[in-house]
Amino acid sequence: MADTRVSLCGIGLDNPVIAASGSFGYGAEFAELYDINCLGTFSFKGTTREPRFGNPTPRIAEAPAGLINAVGLQNPGVEAVIAEELPRLSRFFHKPVMANVSGFSVEDYVYTCSRLDREPQVGWLELNISCPNVHGGGMSFGTEPEAAAAVVRAVKAATTKPLIVKLTPNVTDIVSVALACQEAGADGLSLINTLLAMRIDLGTRRPVLANGTGGLSGPAVFPVALRMVWQVARAVRIPVVGLGGVSRAEDVLEMLLAGATAVEVGAANLVNPYACRDIIRDLPRVMEQYGIEKITDIIGAANG
Amino acid sequence: MRQGSFIIEENTPLNGQVRRLRLAGDCSAVTAPGQFVSLRPEGCFLRRPFSVCDREGDRLTLVYRVLGQGTQALAELEPGASLDALTGLGRGFDLDLAGERPALLAGGLGFTPLFWLARRLRERGKPVTVLLGFQSGEQVLYEAEFAALGCETRVITQDGSRGERGLVTAFLPEEASCFYACGPEGMLRALCESAPCPGQLSLEARMGCGFGACMGCTVQTASGPRRVCKDGPVFGKEELLWQTQG
Repeated sequence: MADTRVSLCGIGLDNPVIAASGSFGYGAEFAELYDINCLGTFSFKGTTREPRFGNPTPRIAEAPAGLINAVGLQNPGVEAVIAEELPRLSRFFHKPVMANVSGFSVEDYVYTCSRLDREPQVGWLELNISCPNVHGGGMSFGTEPEAAAAVVRAVKAATTKPLIVKLTPNVTDIVSVALACQEAGADGLSLINTLLAMRIDLGTRRPVLANGTGGLSGPAVFPVALRMVWQVARAVRIPVVGLGGVSRAEDVLEMLLAGATAVEVGAANLVNPYACRDIIRDLPRVMEQYGIEKITDIIGAANG
Repeated sequence: MRQGSFIIEENTPLNGQVRRLRLAGDCSAVTAPGQFVSLRPEGCFLRRPFSVCDREGDRLTLVYRVLGQGTQALAELEPGASLDALTGLGRGFDLDLAGERPALLAGGLGFTPLFWLARRLRERGKPVTVLLGFQSGEQVLYEAEFAALGCETRVITQDGSRGERGLVTAFLPEEASCFYACGPEGMLRALCESAPCPGQLSLEARMGCGFGACMGCTVQTASGPRRVCKDGPVFGKEELLWQTQG
């Protein structure tokens, strides 16, 4: 039987499949459909210090082999997540969860991360410095190596759990941001967040999204994500989580060959709510097909 | 919610760009009028949500307008083809709210979720008034179908070319015990602000997932942000704040 276990920043995962933040809520909608304990883990909805309504609608647009979203970090705020979502989660999910955090200032990030750091079920903090859909925060921290390093350093000083920094692809040189995060103390990196994108309605001659622009995800971005994972993984010493269009077991293996230790699955969940379960089910068979006994054996193998 | 494969039994034009789709398959998750299904047409990444117009055993009827890439792809499917569907999505109408004289108000294709509701209310022995609003007479659909259920069915057109002239909201009977409505946002908002009786309405929204995961279709309500796909699409008349931003 193929061995799908990996270790991410010292915490074991039964398999490298992580449901990505923003596609999986706080788990409840999917737990109604299948036992989500089959997941490696999942990264919950990007959480901020205060509750957020998010952007005006429409927030979603179709794209070739993908979608564009401008949800704008709708979430109930960290206090409600701790008081309501995490207790509910503990009833149906029995593994460490990844806490995805966003903010608008270094103080925001530090506050929200330190609140979630004390929650026993939180295994990792995932620092979202790459949301393209909010103004005055989010991605602005992820596009400058110095700004990224400053927020990582501040959060590391205030927390104890492994810190995974989620990077934006909307930069000239993702490797320099990755290296700055590593230098500042990041325990891991996840990439890529969505690619800045838009659609225009021919009938109205206006952008489809109320926000004008949004972030592209889905199979359309997979080759771009894979390339960036490959570039970053060979430049850093810390583990990399690969995401961007992962939809099949084959995609998981490709990401690992590029140097990822684990993957996240996002857009696929929105189209097939059983996507993660299906990928995990298929993984041993596809590993066997390619002569892989231990999945960790292939991490970074494409770097030869 | 249930994912399953459905066979197309009928996919025919009704009127202009409006078509009727009849699907056969496991409908066990479709339990309440006002719920919707989400179909994945060929060549599209995202699914497309459609109100259930009727359910009879293992058959679903949908009525849709060809508007964009998704509905265009749907229109090209022939009987016998299969279609992947998520069924039993969303919260439907509350039939217990009906009272003695429920009135159903539709704007344009808003009649779709009201048809199965009308049938269920008639099965409960309720006298049902149906007000079908359209812009003009050549768009009128389902008048005979509602009448055949034994509903008092009135057609209202904005240009007066068929039935009575005006906006459907002006024709809510004084004696109505409750309204159920679906149509353009302006119509629903006017109805919520003017109707003296309790009521429920079904919202339309551009959705990502259709089952509550992506936060793509959120509306602001008196009790905070709610997802049209999971917490709706049916809401009570006092719930909505009619704004898209918090």
